[in-house]
Amino acid sequence: MLKILVYIHAPAQTPTKGQRELLALAASLGEAAVVLGDNADDAARAGLHGAGATAFYGAVTPEQLRGELIAPAVSLLVAAVRAAGADAVLLPNTMEGREIAARAAVRLDSGVITDAVAVDQELNVTKSVLAGSYTVRARITRGPALITLKANSVQPAEAQDSGAQVPPVQTLELGESGPAARITATAPHIASGRPELSEARFVVAGGRGVDGDFGPVEDLADALGAAVGASRAATDAGWIDHSAQVGQTGVTVSPQLYISAGISGAIQQKAGMQSAKYIVAINKDPDAPIFEIADLGIIGDLASVLPQAAAEIRRRQG
Amino acid sequence: MSQKTGTPLNILVLVKHVPDVQFERHLLPNGHRLDRQDSVLSELDEYAIEAALALAESRGGEKGGNHVTALTMGPAGAANAVKKSLQMGASAGVHISDAALEGSDAGATSLVLATAIKHLGGFDVVLTGMASTDAETSLVPAQLAERLGLAQLTNLSAVELDDANIITATRMGEDGAQTLSAPLPVLISVTDQANEPRYPNFRGILAAKKKKITTLSLAELGIEASTVGTAGSGTRVLDAAPHEPRSAGEIITDSGQAGLALVDFLADAKLI
Ligand SMILES: Cc1cc2nc3c(=O)[nH]c(=O)nc-3n(C[C@H](O)[C@H](O)[C@H](O)COP(=O)(O)OP(=O)(O)OC[C@H]3O[C@@H](n4cnc5c(N)ncnc54)[C@H](O)[C@@H]3O)c2cc1C
Repeated sequence: MLKILVYIHAPAQTPTKGQRELLALAASLGEAAVVLGDNADDAARAGLHGAGATAFYGAVTPEQLRGELIAPAVSLLVAAVRAAGADAVLLPNTMEGREIAARAAVRLDSGVITDAVAVDQELNVTKSVLAGSYTVRARITRGPALITLKANSVQPAEAQDSGAQVPPVQTLELGESGPAARITATAPHIASGRPELSEARFVVAGGRGVDGDFGPVEDLADALGAAVGASRAATDAGWIDHSAQVGQTGVTVSPQLYISAGISGAIQQKAGMQSAKYIVAINKDPDAPIFEIADLGIIGDLASVLPQAAAEIRRRQG
Repeated sequence: MSQKTGTPLNILVLVKHVPDVQFERHLLPNGHRLDRQDSVLSELDEYAIEAALALAESRGGEKGGNHVTALTMGPAGAANAVKKSLQMGASAGVHISDAALEGSDAGATSLVLATAIKHLGGFDVVLTGMASTDAETSLVPAQLAERLGLAQLTNLSAVELDDANIITATRMGEDGAQTLSAPLPVLISVTDQANEPRYPNFRGILAAKKKKITTLSLAELGIEASTVGTAGSGTRVLDAAPHEPRSAGEIITDSGQAGLALVDFLADAKLI
């Protein structure tokens, strides 16, 4: 049986959907052990255990992971790979996940594959490249396989109360992890109460066409239980936080549904959303490139279409 | 490499020549390599060049003894990425070119770049873009920090350097906006939020003609061919298939009822 490590960057009271996807994939490949990127109390570990984690590795000095950028997390992961004799490590396809995988690959003299959407029993990885224009299968040819998994790629593990004893954390020394930047402050994201953008099943996104008012976009998002996204034009204008930017230099999403409102469909925007199952576009301009990839295109004013749709959804839901 | 207050900086900026994202891009049927015709300087690297020039200018620019070197690795045409950097204001260029490099993955690429950076030596700051627009893995900057033993300050949306040679920077992490601090020397990558890249002006274009681009081979760097290229890479592509491009579906014009049509569409697709 293959030994698979799952890197959990931020253990939470209940595992996130992305974390449950990683655990489900790991369990489908072999024995799934978790590397804790930060402190995890009993409840957090019980949640991960319920979602399939069979063992835990953590740092003797978790505060080091919070105080310095990336380097200590690399030391932890490398120590865990050695302690577990891991065949593969699955990490989230986030900025942090990729960076940790990148550096661990150097220390372990192995290879990394990012943006995975599937991994088979031989550890062959499927991903898409060139902004979704090709599907590629690739594999790691030496050392433990380091793979970062895109959110919304596999069916997440159900978080169950396992009833069984939650395994203890095996703590590892980080040793000298080398020069690193100090993290002197962190300003947490303001919780919106909406689903996390990268993991959301539905996304409603607004662009320059919202003209300063995200109200109609947020209202439709709330009627659908969707996350709110944006184009760079909208985030650059300061109408919404930069963390909402979808695209090449923002978040990549692959939801079931992406509603694009007042967004022209530049190549950099499409790079972040065109793997959505369904795309609905609302735009005043019949020649907007976004219509070329929309399953439903509505030529019209978002200021009237979005509120009407939100009201109709609420009416049907009674 | 200890620095005194306000002393001139020696900055290295990494640039890549990539297929233009505005056009359709292809993998070649043989070996799944990227078709590199019609390539340009990766637009995300323009932010790195701008950040390098701004740091140099904060210490008095070229006249003040600051030096910005643009380094690329790639086939013959890749020198164009260095040329554009020189036109924007970099002082000198280096191009690593060798037939054995073809097929290098991120790990092999970072090995070559790190070896070249050590060979050239003496940099206070190594700067890169947040990702290349072709492979888009973002792996190389972090791997360079690892190989060079430099503090990693990556995906920065803001960078400042004080007189005591401490970098203060901001990045959007998974947990929120992080403030970072590290003394030189450092490895930095910047996002498209960090600045507004300048365009080469006429003077810059003329001046670039007189600037030198040095070419380096693997032998000059003391790198064995077997450790790079396809042979030296820790990953291998098994197969590649073009995606059916998405096609346009139904397009309707709103005449007062399109919001209802949208909801019907969602219901038909069983989304609600
Ligand atoms: C290096 C680089 C990286 C980039 N990264 C990203 C990225 O990650 N994500 C991203 O999105 N962009 C990115 N961009 C920017 C991208 O090129 C486009 O400029 C941007 O996506 C345009 O945003 P937009 O569609 O909202 O604005 P515009 O292109 O101005 O389009 C606005 C659209 O709204 C429509 N409209 C106006 N009013 C209404 C109305 N009342 N109702 C309906 N429709 C209306 C207009 O017809 C128009 O089509 C990047 C650019 C560069 C150079």
